[in-house]
Amino acid sequence: MNTEPYIVLSAILFTIGCIGVLVRRNAIVVFMCVELMLNASNLALVTFAKANGNLEGQVAAFFVMVVAAAEVVVGLAIIMTIFRTRRSASVDDASLLKY
Amino acid sequence: MIAFWVLAPLMVAAALGILFVRKAVHAALLLAVVMISLAVLYAALDAPFLFAVQIIVYTGAILMLFLFVLMLVGVDASDSVVETIRAQRVLATIAGLLFGGTVIVGLAQVSFGTMVGLDQAQPDGNVPALADLLFSKYVFAFETTSALLITAAIGAMVLAHRERITPKAGQAELAAGRMRDYAATGKHPGPLPAPGVFARANAVDTPALLPDGTAEPTSVSRVLAARGTVRSAPALADDIETVQESLGVTPEEAPEVSGKSGAAATPEEDQ
Repeated sequence: MNTEPYIVLSAILFTIGCIGVLVRRNAIVVFMCVELMLNASNLALVTFAKANGNLEGQVAAFFVMVVAAAEVVVGLAIIMTIFRTRRSASVDDASLLKY
Repeated sequence: MIAFWVLAPLMVAAALGILFVRKAVHAALLLAVVMISLAVLYAALDAPFLFAVQIIVYTGAILMLFLFVLMLVGVDASDSVVETIRAQRVLATIAGLLFGGTVIVGLAQVSFGTMVGLDQAQPDGNVPALADLLFSKYVFAFETTSALLITAAIGAMVLAHRERITPKAGQAELAAGRMRDYAATGKHPGPLPAPGVFARANAVDTPALLPDGTAEPTSVSRVLAARGTVRSAPALADDIETVQESLGVTPEEAPEVSGKSGAAATPEEDQ
């Protein structure tokens, strides 16, 4: 069983997540792309756990999942608050700090 | 490796779909495909605990949260195509592809070798071995996680909470407000008209017809109008001649058709 395909898949998913964060305008979709990047890094961690024969990678992936759950809760609450005051979920509309 | 070669193209396709679909709900469903495929890959990589956690936490909790927020924000909230920064989309794509190329070229320089396997590391199975690590070496990080989760929960409650600054309107206030609107702007105080129900269509996307034959816009749901799926009354009446022919009825002896003739009439004729 080779390690490389898993790592390359992880890199591809991470890249797609990166492009999504830069390209998409809807704040919720941007957030989903962040989740995609976290998932891609998790895949690399789990692969390395098996490649190196110890479980530290799996523990790290577990902690990433916990932090991702907390991050999603707070992030979506922030998006909700912005939507409630500005009636828009677009990242372009929240530009008050610019001027 | 069979699971990998089946799932990897699927995952890349679904992830690319997230970049291109217009609607956020579709992006969420494609993300679910990626996450469930990842869970299967975890199972193939000797991580049954993470397989379960991935499905329960990611697809179960996080994606449901995404869908809840999408429902609250409005399903029709799709991306705007206007670029605030000029050529940002193209530049971002180029930068992303350059990043991906760099990572893959960098990975190609490294030789990882074959996998050692986890048989040595987890003699009594995956979950006891992970528990050993979590509650001995990583116990402090584990405890800190609980603080993080409590902070996140309280933060979400604070952010989502809204103080009521005006008193809640009761039935009497609502009725008084409706009459005030009627006096000020002439807005009808009663309920909105029901959608039109005709012999050929009994769906709610058919607008009711006014006595002069024009469609009443308030009789169909605002959401249907925004989606552009409201049927027009003249469109319903368009093939009335063919129906009459098939029934063997001549237009003279047929009962008066509201809609076809009435839709052409202008409202001014009544005045």
